[in-house]
Amino acid sequence: MEFAVEFEDVSVRFGTYTALEGVNLKIPAGAFVAIIGPNGAGKSTLIKLVLGLLRPTTGRVLVFGTPAPKAPPEWLGYVPQFKTLDRSFPALAIELVATGIRRRWPFRIGPGEREASLEALRRVRGEELAYRRLARLSGGELQRVYLARAFVRRPRLLLLDEPATGMDVLGEADMYRMLERYQREQGATVLMITHDWEAARHHATHVLVLNRRVIGFGPPERALSDECLRRAFGHVGHPHELSFSVGSRDA
Amino acid sequence: MLELLSLPFMQRALLAGLLVGVTASYFGVFVVQRRMSFLGSGLAHAALGGVALGLFVGAEPLYVALPFTVVVALLIAWVRERTELGADTAVGVFFSLSVAFGVVLLALKSEYTADAMAYLFGSILAVTPADLWAVALVAGATLLTLPFWERWAYATFDRDLARADRLPVLFDDYLLTAMVAAVVVSAVKVVGILLVAAFLVIPAATARLFSKTFAQMTLLSIVLGVVGVVLGLFGSYLYDVPSGATIILVESAFFLLGLLVTRKI
Repeated sequence: MEFAVEFEDVSVRFGTYTALEGVNLKIPAGAFVAIIGPNGAGKSTLIKLVLGLLRPTTGRVLVFGTPAPKAPPEWLGYVPQFKTLDRSFPALAIELVATGIRRRWPFRIGPGEREASLEALRRVRGEELAYRRLARLSGGELQRVYLARAFVRRPRLLLLDEPATGMDVLGEADMYRMLERYQREQGATVLMITHDWEAARHHATHVLVLNRRVIGFGPPERALSDECLRRAFGHVGHPHELSFSVGSRDA
Repeated sequence: MLELLSLPFMQRALLAGLLVGVTASYFGVFVVQRRMSFLGSGLAHAALGGVALGLFVGAEPLYVALPFTVVVALLIAWVRERTELGADTAVGVFFSLSVAFGVVLLALKSEYTADAMAYLFGSILAVTPADLWAVALVAGATLLTLPFWERWAYATFDRDLARADRLPVLFDDYLLTAMVAAVVVSAVKVVGILLVAAFLVIPAATARLFSKTFAQMTLLSIVLGVVGVVLGLFGSYLYDVPSGATIILVESAFFLLGLLVTRKI
């Protein structure tokens, strides 16, 4: 079996703070993995390790058998949280998509890059966004542009950091359809951080439950077991289903 | 006006002004978008230490100030990278240190205090052939770094995306900081240490008001920088007022006009 990502006894420490501890994991190629865990569980750290942005303190990370920092960037499509966007930077949506091909900020977009970028925007139903300023896009529109940027280089591995943030219910469903279609057509592997357990249950082939360590990994019905969720979050039900009463001792 | 251009000192002034106008407004777009305006100001003050050192050892001040300020800039970048101190703190420490160093050197050789004043307030009409060579050297280095525009722009937009695409972002940061330092030093004779940060920032800030893309912002900033220098220089000659301040006043007028036209005020 081919593995898209392998973690071999990986730990990450920032001074005395441990972000990840003893992570051993093999993610099969072609899997759609939803990564869930509480805040500070190390989810973004895990994605940064795969991207080669962080080096593990111990252990190693392989991407299709190659050490992560040496994996060719064209293998990887990254969709960051749109909240990180610097809205003061003057840019058109098509320029951001074109960075997916050029891997530089384009001074001028060539005809081939333009056509490929427009095609990628069509794929996410965002062609009309091409010549709009990034600063004027809504959260959902911006996520579609980032998704087009990731698709345009036809990566083998898609990494998404909370891609549904800022999207309404229809937009979210639409995004999952696009991701599943891309995965099906390209045989790509998807690693997606999400806080939405239901989305993980419905769309992922595998769920990784993380809380600095791997709590569970496998098909959704197994990884989202009561025991895994209790160990990761301290409770079992979906957060939206828990009833809290402000000021109550029971809460 | 044409006979004015036949005067050698005016030719040197115009050429030096145009070259620093282009280079400062080119790098200004990165300074503005990376929120490094304080770095420009800090490096200008660091240049005072370099100029004072040049006067102290009896060398051409700009040729000493150039490597001196580049080293200070790299130290600032290093401290910023290696510690958890904010960029403004790193700049604040090194710029105060350089100014203190310069003041002590000038006090030790007080006969050079008047020369140092020319650098504090700028004296473009006193640009010497040696100054012009220093400016040309920096302009040449800027030409050589033009291919870095797309890399610097990408990391300015999002460092993590650039790093994920395997760009050597750290090296590029050091190179950009060193180039900004070199440009600042090359511009001190034209606009003066006190105003050089404005020279770096105002054309880019004005261009930002009108630009939809970073490429447009870069080109417009250069045009505004050049027009500001030409109008400021002739205004300074006609009304017999300091050149640096006149250039900054012209550029500031463009900025205010920009705010009005784009209905930001």
